[in-house]
Amino acid sequence: MEIKVLGTGCAGCKALYTTVEQVVKELALDAVVTKEEDLMKIMEYNVMTLPALVVDGKVVAKGKLSAKEVKDVLTK
Amino acid sequence: MIQRFADWLVYDIFGLDASTALGEAINFFFYDTIKILILLFFISVIMGIINAYFPIERLRNYLTSRKLYGLQYFFAALFGAITPFCSCSSIPLFIGFVKGGIPLGVTFAYLITSPLVNEVAVAMFIGTFGLRITSIYVISGILLGMVGGFILGKMKLEPYLSDWVKQIQQNSTSDSGTWEKEHTPFFRRLPIIMQEAWGIVKGVLLYILIGIGIGAFMHGYVPEGFFEQYMSKDNWFAVPLSVVLAVPMYANAAGIVPVIEVFVTKGIPIGTALAFMMAVVGLSLPEATLLKKVMTWRLIGIFFGLITLFIIVLGYLYNIVL
Repeated sequence: MEIKVLGTGCAGCKALYTTVEQVVKELALDAVVTKEEDLMKIMEYNVMTLPALVVDGKVVAKGKLSAKEVKDVLTK
Repeated sequence: MIQRFADWLVYDIFGLDASTALGEAINFFFYDTIKILILLFFISVIMGIINAYFPIERLRNYLTSRKLYGLQYFFAALFGAITPFCSCSSIPLFIGFVKGGIPLGVTFAYLITSPLVNEVAVAMFIGTFGLRITSIYVISGILLGMVGGFILGKMKLEPYLSDWVKQIQQNSTSDSGTWEKEHTPFFRRLPIIMQEAWGIVKGVLLYILIGIGIGAFMHGYVPEGFFEQYMSKDNWFAVPLSVVLAVPMYANAAGIVPVIEVFVTKGIPIGTALAFMMAVVGLSLPEATLLKKVMTWRLIGIFFGLITLFIIVLGYLYNIVL
């Protein structure tokens, strides 16, 4: 699984990245977590709310997420 | 009720004298802090609920899919007012609008109102200035977005967008129906909305405390009418001066409003104060540097210059009417 956190480096985006890393560790998921801070690349995903969560090239969630929501999205 | 609690706490428990400057300042501090925190929490919850049902993607689809005969400026500004403003989302939003083929003027209408009318500013205004001044502020904010957006739209500023935005604009499609309806029931959403509202309150708490602290100190120690001698209504340059000073400032609305309230009670005309706050909240240097990614400096200059001018005009108008 390839997980990407889209965000330009604001507080909410950093928080989401940390949450995702924790969840991946906790659930022992086989996933690579990366951050995408380049605005031009971010806009290719057609999102208007940041941060956003991308799994295997697909936007699965937008906005601030709690750890529980991240778990739900990643285990779906 | 809050006033009674503050009285009880400060005069009965702390044993301070209500007639002293210290007693009055501390009472003011507790009363305003409690009142504003409660207001901020509730307004954030209400805005959170509205947003859960009107996500920005929905607005974009609405604006691109219908002929609105000029009303689109109103909708864009109105949505700017009810959506929470986060500087980290302003650029993706801008691009998202351009990508959807929404005209630049309408995008500007959103961009002007969004930071100006936000939950923190509204809560602070109701808490310190009351409903009447708050409505004037909110309505002016929306009107400013509409008029500003309309004029900026008429000025044909597209050539001053940065190159990659121009490319996006050329490839724009109104077919952006990626917005999917969420089916989470209301009662399951509410805890998340409350959590977010609490997050907003926590985020600005420090600024509120500092702002009200300074306000309380001035409230207790600065004599009535003290500023009148420096900034009376007859002083024609007071409005432009305070607006121009305010534009580069990036004071959180939470910190600045309580201080301004005291300025007003001590003799600054309300119109000058309102114009000052619109400029502080609506325009800032960090915003300008963010916009640099999508606009040339020239366009940012035109945008900021025009809005500054409008806020100055509004300031004079308030001073005449209010």
